Amino acid sequence: MTTSRRAAARSSATAWAFTAPYALLLLAFGVAPAVYAIYESFTSAKNPGSLGLDSYAMVLHDFRFWPAIGNVALFMVIWIPVMVCGTILLALLLHERVGRLSSTMRLIFFLPGAVTGSAAVLLWYFMLDPQVSPFAPALHAMGLHNSIDVFTSSHLAPIFALVAFITGVGQWIVVMFGALQGIPEELIESAKLDGAGPFGTALLIKLPLIRKYVIYMMILAFAAALQIFVEPSLFYSITQSGSAWWSLNQLGFAFAFGQGDFAQAATVSVILLVLSAAAALFLVFRTDFFKTEVES
Amino acid sequence: MSSHSLATRTEKTEPAPARTRRTRNRGWKPRLAPLSILRLLILFGFGIFCLVPLIWLLLTPTKTDAAILGDFPLSFGTFDRLAAAWQHLTAYSGGILFKWMLNSVYYSAGSLVITIVTGLLAGYAMATMRFPGRKTILTLTLLSMVMPATVTVLPLFLEINAVGLTNTAASVILPASFFPFGVYLAFVYFSTSVPKELLEAARLDGCSEFRAFISVVLPIAKPLIGLLAFFSFVANWNNYFLPYVMLSDQDAYNLPVGLGALMAGSPALHPERGGSFLPITRPEVALAGLIVVIPIALLFLIFQRYLVRGILSGSVKS
Repeated sequence: MTTSRRAAARSSATAWAFTAPYALLLLAFGVAPAVYAIYESFTSAKNPGSLGLDSYAMVLHDFRFWPAIGNVALFMVIWIPVMVCGTILLALLLHERVGRLSSTMRLIFFLPGAVTGSAAVLLWYFMLDPQVSPFAPALHAMGLHNSIDVFTSSHLAPIFALVAFITGVGQWIVVMFGALQGIPEELIESAKLDGAGPFGTALLIKLPLIRKYVIYMMILAFAAALQIFVEPSLFYSITQSGSAWWSLNQLGFAFAFGQGDFAQAATVSVILLVLSAAAALFLVFRTDFFKTEVES
Repeated sequence: MSSHSLATRTEKTEPAPARTRRTRNRGWKPRLAPLSILRLLILFGFGIFCLVPLIWLLLTPTKTDAAILGDFPLSFGTFDRLAAAWQHLTAYSGGILFKWMLNSVYYSAGSLVITIVTGLLAGYAMATMRFPGRKTILTLTLLSMVMPATVTVLPLFLEINAVGLTNTAASVILPASFFPFGVYLAFVYFSTSVPKELLEAARLDGCSEFRAFISVVLPIAKPLIGLLAFFSFVANWNNYFLPYVMLSDQDAYNLPVGLGALMAGSPALHPERGGSFLPITRPEVALAGLIVVIPIALLFLIFQRYLVRGILSGSVKS
């Protein structure tokens, strides 16, 4: 009894020796900033020393807050459906006939994912400028003849949606395609024997079976879209359309570095943190994606 | 079934059903032909939409600013012009481009090493040992893995600022070393591909856990190390928000933040705003973009398999 207890204590000491370096990183750069932001958000620049909801009241009444929410929401409303439909359509088409063509196309769809962040802004700034873009005929057909026509503030949400779609779609196609590969061959064969055409098989057999991956994609897309920063920030400094507080993260940045008001910056961060934590909690505990890991 | 074997199965079974299905379609359903054409049109159309911008980016630094405006967008200029663009770009701000390159390599490599060492150890321990606190760490790892890393950037700045470390390499390397997705990959890998018998044999031989890890586990973890290195490098090379917030000194920027500063600060992208004697024009900026993108694009092409497997084990399981 004592020896086995001692052995157990020794083996958990070993296990902790292995886990400790990572656990320190998790604590210092995962947990601590979240806790610190929550604390900081209850302080306020007006009443230093006392804790309260002043910063929340100030952020919620800031003239820039609700427009930023609206911009991010509009970006999501455009991007997420386009990405969901585009990913499903392309993955189903690729899965219709699996072979060399299908795997080559998957790689090609993936390549734009190499151009992200500031490089993506650079590339798509040029791609949307009718004066230099290889897509100029299409842009002219849409009535856009110079960069001033294209980069207006009302076009920003669709532009960011386009950039996010083209850089992210390849990765999601890989996921959806993997999910489609997981469907038992017999199921598809028997549907065909029952007379289902390619549309019937895709809509009635394949789509319901990959539904949970679509939900997974939507939750992650929601959490990612909340965070948008690079695109509006750089497009604003290049084209002067939008503003330095177009998105929520930009607003947080403006609070911290424009006004030196860390309490309000932390408040914006806490709002973003709560929303993405809700998405993450839902994904980890309410879907069966990570069930084995959580329960093991 | 593990994600791992799913990925290998995918590769193995691909050619066979394709062949049988193709012959069957040909014989039975000639009415499918227009649909097949539509399918190919959509796939190739989208493929062109993916490739054209990348080809444009490759060609543009070989042209003059005037040729970019006047010539066919997908034409090649001259190698001389490419060399000139390189000279202008490297002369910009006293050769600051080289500093940005070095910083990018330094930050990415630093985070990569810490991520791999800590991730391997923790993933292995959580997969093969049972200890108090394990479930908490695992759950926190899953949660922070599905939350975008950018959500903590501003709070991280407040924290790093409180300890006076902003504007240092550590302010970028250390937070980026916390890479829960890597730990998750290691955990999945060790849960599914280290045979229990192997570890028990090592323990019976009287190996300490650490010796067993070095001599038995590490040799079979080589594919995992490649996977971790790949994903960590891609994430950190492209990192913009964290270094942008942490670093105020231009000399400390990494390439993506430097590129952002170049785009915002030079008149290349908005010549209408007034003349400048700087020879930084569209081809120079495009070349800077290309320098940021090329390492990642090459990694994508070389390590396609890693890429697919890593992405699948992050989500697809059966």
